[in-house]
Amino acid sequence: MAARVPASARAGGARFAQFKLVLLGESAVGKSSLVLRFVKDQFDDYRESTIGAAFLTQTIALDENTTVKFEIWDTAGQERYKSLAPMYYRNANCAVVVYDISQAQSLDKAKAWVKELQRQANENIVIALAGNKLDLVTENPSKRAIQTEDAETYAKEAGLLFFETSAKTSENVRELFTEIAKKLPLDQAGPRNIRSGPRAGVDLRPEASGTQGAGACSC
Amino acid sequence: MEESKESQKESGQAGNGQPSPESSKPRTPEQEARIPGNGGNGSSGTNVEGREEAQDNALVAETISRTVHSKDSSEIDRESSAETPPPLPPRPVNLESTDAQNTLHLSGKQARPKLQSHPTTAVSLTDISTQVNNEGIRETYPSTTGGLTSPLSVASQFNNRFGSPKSSETEDTASIKSYVPTLETGGDVESLLGEVLGNGQQDPAWRFMTAQGENQNAADELLPEDAAFEKDFQKEFKELEAINAEGTNEEAVLDAWTSRMKHFLILSAAGKPIYSRHGDDNITSGYIGIIQTIISFYQNADDTLKSFTAGDVKFVVLSKTSLYLVAISRLGESDGQLRAQLEALYMQILSTLTLPRLQTIFSNRPSSDLRRPLSGTEPLLSALADTFTRGSPPTLLSALECLRLRKSHRQVIDQTLLKTRTENLLYGLIVAGGRLVSVVRPKKHSLHPSDLQLIFNMLFETEGVKTAGGENWIPLCLPGFNNTGFLYMYVSFLSAKEDENEDESQRPSTSSSFNKEEEVAVLLISPKKESFYEMQQMRDDVVEQLQKNGSMDLIKAAVRRGRPHVTDVVPGTVLRHFLYKSKANVQFAMPSFEPHFKGLVARRKLLSIYHTLHANVHSKISHLKVHYCVSRDSISLAWTTPLFELYCVAGPSASRGALAQSANKVVQWARKEEERIFIIGGAVF
Ligand SMILES: Nc1nc2c(ncn2[C@@H]2O[C@H](COP(=O)(O)OP(=O)(O)O)[C@@H](O)[C@H]2O)c(=O)[nH]1
Ligand SMILES: [Mg+2]
Repeated sequence: MAARVPASARAGGARFAQFKLVLLGESAVGKSSLVLRFVKDQFDDYRESTIGAAFLTQTIALDENTTVKFEIWDTAGQERYKSLAPMYYRNANCAVVVYDISQAQSLDKAKAWVKELQRQANENIVIALAGNKLDLVTENPSKRAIQTEDAETYAKEAGLLFFETSAKTSENVRELFTEIAKKLPLDQAGPRNIRSGPRAGVDLRPEASGTQGAGACSC
Repeated sequence: MEESKESQKESGQAGNGQPSPESSKPRTPEQEARIPGNGGNGSSGTNVEGREEAQDNALVAETISRTVHSKDSSEIDRESSAETPPPLPPRPVNLESTDAQNTLHLSGKQARPKLQSHPTTAVSLTDISTQVNNEGIRETYPSTTGGLTSPLSVASQFNNRFGSPKSSETEDTASIKSYVPTLETGGDVESLLGEVLGNGQQDPAWRFMTAQGENQNAADELLPEDAAFEKDFQKEFKELEAINAEGTNEEAVLDAWTSRMKHFLILSAAGKPIYSRHGDDNITSGYIGIIQTIISFYQNADDTLKSFTAGDVKFVVLSKTSLYLVAISRLGESDGQLRAQLEALYMQILSTLTLPRLQTIFSNRPSSDLRRPLSGTEPLLSALADTFTRGSPPTLLSALECLRLRKSHRQVIDQTLLKTRTENLLYGLIVAGGRLVSVVRPKKHSLHPSDLQLIFNMLFETEGVKTAGGENWIPLCLPGFNNTGFLYMYVSFLSAKEDENEDESQRPSTSSSFNKEEEVAVLLISPKKESFYEMQQMRDDVVEQLQKNGSMDLIKAAVRRGRPHVTDVVPGTVLRHFLYKSKANVQFAMPSFEPHFKGLVARRKLLSIYHTLHANVHSKISHLKVHYCVSRDSISLAWTTPLFELYCVAGPSASRGALAQSANKVVQWARKEEERIFIIGGAVF
C-alpha cells in the first residue's frame, strides 16, 4: 500500500481531497448506471440489480491545483437492504439521491431518503437530487412522470443540488459530480477533518500520487 | 435382485451417520488404507480423515487389487501392508466371459449394432463383490418392472437392517471441515454468530442420494432423438414472448412454454406464484393453480406428493417452509437429482432471507407475496436453474473443483492468507477461473459445498456483482453454515490479464471485458457487517503479498493453462471426458470439455450420460461398484469405491477393455496428482 503522505507534505499548493459519497434511491432508477458512467464511462441497457453494495473510486480534477477523489458506495435499493443503509451514509460527506423521471413514485422514495439523510447523516452532508433517464423523455416527452419544476422546487426547499441526468447519454453526469465536489469543504480539508474510519472522511496528499482519471474531467 | 449377501455387507458399512463423532475416533489401519497413497512420496495418508467405515470393503478391495492389480504393484502404496489401493474395474476378459452367460448381451461390438436399433440405453449392473466371490458377474437389467419388489420397500429394508437411511447423504454433505487433516474437532459446528447448527440445518442442497430407490426409470431413459433434441435445447434459454394484449399470440407462446425441456416453478403453499424460470404470470398462473391443487389434494390426504411421471416428463415436488418448489423435466434426471436441484433453489431463497425471516413472513400472513422480499434475486434463481439445465459437474457430484497447482505453491498461498488474516475474518477464499485456489477458515467452521455453490453462482453465473465495477460488500446467509443469520462477503475481482502493478492510489476495479475462465477473485467473509474496510485492507495485503512472492503469477498462469485435455491425462486414451471425485476431499477433477464436447448441446449430452451413470451407482438398491452404459453415441463407465467416484465416457467404437484400462490410468493419474488437483488441508486457524 502506498503510505499516506501527511497533509503537511502537500506540494506546490496542490490540493488533494478525498470524500465519501453514497448513492441512494429506489431500485432500478439508475444508481449503478450513473456510477458506471461516471467511473468507467460505460452504460449497459440491461443491467442486473446490484447485490449488496458496490464500492468504487473516481478522481476528478476541479482545477489545475485541486484533485478530488470520490469513494463511492453504490447501494442496492431493495427494501431488505434498508437496515444496512446507515452503514453507508453514516460517514458520507455527500450523497446522490436518485429517482427515475419516468416513474412517479420513485420521487417519493427519493424524498424519504433525503429526509432520512437530513436526520441521520453527517450534519454537513452535501446532498444532490438526480432525476435520471432524461433520455427517455427527450425521446418521448409523454414518458415524463415528474415535471422538472416540481422536482426543482422541492430540491430548493430541501437545500439540495439538482440535476436531471441520463446515464445512457452521459448528459449531466459529470456535471452532477463536479458540482458536488465544488460544494464540498475543500478548504477545511485537512488534519482537523478527522477521519472516523480508516478510509472515511477527507484525506490530503500531493496530487501526484492520485491523479489517475484527473485529466478525464471534460467540464 | 441384487440383495445378495455381498451387497448387504456393503450397505452395512454405510451407517455411520455424522462425520464428526467418527473423526474423533482413532483410526483403524483399514481406514487409513482407504486414503489414497501418494505414489510413494508418502507425505499424506496418515493425516487425512477417513470418513467411512469400510472394513468389509477394504478387504474386498484388497482382494480385488491383488487379483486385478498385480501388474501395477508399483502403484500400491508401500508404506503399509494394510494400505490398499482402490478396487479396479474388472478386466474386460472377465466381463466378456461372463457376458456370455447372461441374458443381456452387452459385450463390446456384438451388442452395439443391436442397441443401435433400440432407442434405449442398455445398462449393465456389475457388482464387484459378486465377482470377487467367483459367482461371476450378474448383470441385471434394471427394467421398471423387472420383478423388483417395490424399490421403496427394498430401500427401507436396507435401511432398517443396516443403519441410517442418511448414510449416503452424509457423504455429500461433508464439508471441508470433515476432510481437512489438521482438524481435530469432532463436536458441533459452532457458529461465529453464536448459534449452533441443528442437524436439519445442515441439509445442504446437494443431496443427490436421497432418491430412495425410486429412480429406476432414469437408467432406461435415453435422450430424445438428436435433431429434435438439439433444436429444442437451443431454444431452451430464450426468453418467452409475453402474451400480447389481443391475445393473438397466446397459442404460440403457450406452445413455446410447453416445449421447454425444463421448468422450475416456486409457489407458496397458499398458491401465490413466486418464481418461474420460463414465462410470466399470464402463462404460468393456470399451471400453478393446477399444481397447487394436486399438491394440496395429497396433503389433505395426509400424504406428500413427491414426484410423478407423465410420458417422458418428470415432475418433482419439494415442500419446504410454506413453499412448493417444482421441477418439471424432460432431460432424464433422476428424482433425487431433481430434488437436489430444488433444494439448491430453496437454499438460494434462504440465502436471501434466512429461515426465520421466511417463517415469519408466512406465519404472519400465509398469503404473503414472497416476490417483494426476494426482488432482485430472480437472476440468481435463474442462473442456478440454467446451470442445472445445462448440466453441471459440481452440482451433480456435490463437490468442488480446484485450480491445479503444485503443492508447495498452494502452501505459500495458504500461508499468505494465514499471515494476512484479520480479526473478523470467518472464511477467506481465493478463486480463479471459477475454481478454488485456497481457503482459509477457522478450525471449528466448515465450508459447505452447497454454500459455495450459491456463492459461485452469484459471482460467476450472474452479472450483478461482476459488473458492479468495483469491490462489493454483500450481506448473505449461507444456509449450510447457519441458516438463521447473515454474513458479509467482501468480493474483489482481479483480472488475470491485469497489469501486475496496479495503480496504488486507485481502488481495484473490475475490468470491463470479462472472461469467466480468467478472473481471479478474493472473497473474504465476515460475520461483522461493519468490517468492510478491515476486509478491504486484508485484500490489499493478500494481493500485495501474493504478487511479491510470485503466487499471483503462478495462479494466473494456471488459469491460463486451463484444464488439461483428456489425452494429456492419459495419452492415447479412448476417453473423451471423465469426472473423478475424491470422496474424502469432497472435490473433483475433470479434463477440458474440448475438443469433444464443444457447445451447449454436446455438453448437455455428456452431462446426461453422467447423470444416468450417477443415478445408477447411487440408487440405494443397487450398490453398484462398476457400471457400464452403452448407447448409440458412447460407451461409459461409472466406478465407485469408498475413496472415489469415477465417471468416464468414450466414443461408441471404444471397447470395454480400452475403457476400463483408461479408467485405471485416470485413477493412477489422480493419485499421483492428488496434492495438486485437490486442496488437502488448506489454511486453518
Ligand atoms: N434509458 C435509460 N435507461 C437507464 C438509465 N439509467 C439506467 N437505465 C436502465 O435502468 C435499469 C436499472 O438501472 P440500474 O443502474 O441497475 O439501477 P439501480 O438499481 O438504481 O442501480 C437498467 O436496465 C439500466 O440500463 C438512463 O439514463 N436512461
Ligand atoms: Mg444498482
